[in-house]
Amino acid sequence: MSLLKIDGLTQRFGGLQAVSEFSVEMQGGELMGLIGPNGAGKTTIFNLISGFYQPTEGTITLDGTPTAGLKPHQVTSLGVARTFQNIRLWHDMTVLDNIRIAQHYRMGYTVWDSFLRTKRYRECEKRIENIAFELLEAMSLADYAQELPKNLPYGLQRRVEIARAMSIKPKLLLLDEPAAGLNSSDVEGLIKLVRWIHDNFDITIFMIEHQMKVVTSLCQWIKVIDFGATIAEGTAEDIQSNPAVIKAYLGDDTI
Amino acid sequence: MDFIIQNILNALQWGSFYALIALGYTLVYGVLKLINFAHGDIFMVGAYIAFFVASWLLGPVFGLDPTITFVLAIPLTMILTACVGVTLERIAYRPLRRKGAHRLYVVITALMCGLILEYGNLAALGASRKKFPDLLDKVIWDIGGVSVTNLKVLVIFAAIAVFIFLNFIVTKTKIGMAMRGISYDKFAIPLMGIPIDAIIVFTFILGSSFAGLAGLLFAMSYPILEPFMGALIGWKAFIAAVVGGIGDIRGAFYGGFLLGFIEVGVVTVFPSTYRDLFAFTILLAILWMKPTGLFGVAKHTKI
Amino acid sequence: MQKYTFNFVLAASCLLMLAMAQYGLIDNYIQAVFMFVGINIIMSTSLNLVNGNMGEFSCGHAAFMCVGAYVSSVLSVLCFGKLLGGPLLPASMAVFVFPLIIFIGGAVAALAGIIVALPSFKTRGDYLAIITIAVNYMIISAIENMPSIGGSRGFQGMKDTVWAMVDTFNGPWMLLWVILFTVFTVWIIRRFISSTYGKGVNAICQDEIAAEIMSVNTDRMKLVTFMLSSGLAGIAGGLFAHIVGYVNPQSFNILKSTEAMVMVYLGGMGSLSGAVLSAILFTGLMEVLRSQSLIEFILSPVTFVFPDWEPSAGVIKWVLIPLILVLLMQFRPEGIMGNKELSDVFPKLKKYYSFK
Repeated sequence: MSLLKIDGLTQRFGGLQAVSEFSVEMQGGELMGLIGPNGAGKTTIFNLISGFYQPTEGTITLDGTPTAGLKPHQVTSLGVARTFQNIRLWHDMTVLDNIRIAQHYRMGYTVWDSFLRTKRYRECEKRIENIAFELLEAMSLADYAQELPKNLPYGLQRRVEIARAMSIKPKLLLLDEPAAGLNSSDVEGLIKLVRWIHDNFDITIFMIEHQMKVVTSLCQWIKVIDFGATIAEGTAEDIQSNPAVIKAYLGDDTI
Repeated sequence: MDFIIQNILNALQWGSFYALIALGYTLVYGVLKLINFAHGDIFMVGAYIAFFVASWLLGPVFGLDPTITFVLAIPLTMILTACVGVTLERIAYRPLRRKGAHRLYVVITALMCGLILEYGNLAALGASRKKFPDLLDKVIWDIGGVSVTNLKVLVIFAAIAVFIFLNFIVTKTKIGMAMRGISYDKFAIPLMGIPIDAIIVFTFILGSSFAGLAGLLFAMSYPILEPFMGALIGWKAFIAAVVGGIGDIRGAFYGGFLLGFIEVGVVTVFPSTYRDLFAFTILLAILWMKPTGLFGVAKHTKI
Repeated sequence: MQKYTFNFVLAASCLLMLAMAQYGLIDNYIQAVFMFVGINIIMSTSLNLVNGNMGEFSCGHAAFMCVGAYVSSVLSVLCFGKLLGGPLLPASMAVFVFPLIIFIGGAVAALAGIIVALPSFKTRGDYLAIITIAVNYMIISAIENMPSIGGSRGFQGMKDTVWAMVDTFNGPWMLLWVILFTVFTVWIIRRFISSTYGKGVNAICQDEIAAEIMSVNTDRMKLVTFMLSSGLAGIAGGLFAHIVGYVNPQSFNILKSTEAMVMVYLGGMGSLSGAVLSAILFTGLMEVLRSQSLIEFILSPVTFVFPDWEPSAGVIKWVLIPLILVLLMQFRPEGIMGNKELSDVFPKLKKYYSFK
């Protein structure tokens, strides 16, 4: 059974068709890319997968469970985590807190436990904190645990956002333009990080990205969309020489 | 049948006050995204200004005829109330706007300014209520079994006239376009060469002067004035504006009349002490079903 | 050992207050002021949960105080009073039943909190402000239409419960209960917001969409927070009713809600120690401004120019308090504490308390 199965996904906002008949099937462990010019509908697809929008048509199935009608936090608890095009960290809480809160769906205790500080509460909080620290260590962010994200450089904030997504222990990780706004050394670091995540965790990664270097070095398979519709898919070499893709990005020769 | 028509007329008159006040709320909210919680109290100030203007004009210094007093009181009240509104904007809201303060702080300031106006009035003028002088000879027309006073007709007419006037300004004039522009993008407007402060002052002038007019007409219809008269009416007019769809003057206009109808309707069936309870409940129910109001447009958040 | 200094100091000062009250060293008026400090702390910290930590705009907090006040008063009179038929319970049980009565008042207020929690799922900000103000008016209006519990004339008789407690042991019972419930409130709120569960509230405040997508069940969090906040306000209401011995719906109108808001914004949104500090300050300020001579002194320049004018302290107070908040918004909108806690500003204080 595939991890993520999207079938005929269509999204209309009033008269605008943002996504047309998008279909994909991803197995566990894949690293797939989603590229296309600005406004092509890529983030909309991610929003649909994470449950922020409900699709006009089509189905999304996660590990056999259809996500129709589920609220975003319920979709997340099925094992989907994402990062955002514009970083959406909680800037007035410490990095550690940012990571801890992402484990909300499996805290394991009720509000009464938090009042009474029961044994269950203490054990669960310890577990939450341990997971958070492990992740921070693994991603070389342990030194920044008590910092506020707004005080960190952009590249580190990106890392924190990815760490936060990872603390959900997702089966599917959606990365929305993770390299946006990063300088070249940060981009190198990002590529290494994503590769490390892919190699060391039982995880599927779906990535929107504009920077070709990132896409070509990481993605095994790439889907290209424009105006909401899939115009090409294939390996990095296939895509780069595909005339439809070139036309979408650069236009064709006719004036 | 007569009973129904009589009540419809009452509802129209009662709703006119709400409509006039709601228009002021919606204008300011549309332009500044600010709930001017002090607006109901500006209505109260308008009523008191009308009282002082009328008393002064009728009094020994001028000794004018009541009808002339009425005619003069309209522009004088509106201008002076507009001054109060603009002063409030200058002293309390503009400095916060300059600083780019969070909207919440401006709203709290507005709420507090309303309280200051109420208690300032109470402190300055004392607790004794003021009786508004009679300005208009009451003329009652009996049409069928329905009795209508000239004042009632005047109030309804005023509300409709103000709405038409405002609608014209907002949709057909340049300044109206600027007002609508500000509501979309406050930062781009000055970059386009439009003097944002002047537009905002103009908005407050419009809103406050019509609140003043409402105050004058209300004082003429229900001649007892007291410092807290604006508070409850203001809240309800504001909720009416929201139910209609805040930011859209059609919403304020129809919302105000809707509230008038609800309240008059409730009082015909239930004891009058239930009026406020029902009014709020119905308004909230409408808001629950259509959170952006009857004329409002839902906003999408993009992530 | 040093870590328990705070607990020790707190316990000692409470015992001191109680002793002073018991042995007549402080009169009833001062006792009442202490008790109002406690009630204001409960109101301010509970509203801070919603307006500060969660960043919502609830303007009708007094409505829940009202619900708690009335429910506990009616129960009190039913159990120990004479107004609604004879007392159902013997006076000796008052000491044990009273806290239950207060809790039940709080529980009903928490249920009432659902009325504002539900709309908050779909709307925020200005809309929620309107809804909460409307709910405030509605609850007051509903009670005014209930002549069986006094309607707009008010309700009394709950003092009988207090007398029943005094009969059992002649001591400052209400002061004791206020102290206990105040400590309880602050303790519970602290535990809530320092847990990962409670931090979800801050996440909603700072970025609700991110919170939702990062697995926080925002609807449930809002429900829990509103209910906790209103429940605690209901407890404050119940205590208030028994201290004063008389309640009337208009004591819980928008003015009371405004008092609560002033305290929250004065202290700094989201800061628990700020809310406590500002409640103490504010209660003190309200008492100070009660003094007619002080008001006349402050306004002496004006009365010099208008000699016929006689300002009344009760009225001028309500010009000065909003004015203070206006100035606060202009010059220090983040309040006394900003969104920090006292221990963030004075890190050395961390040595003196241990928090579990």
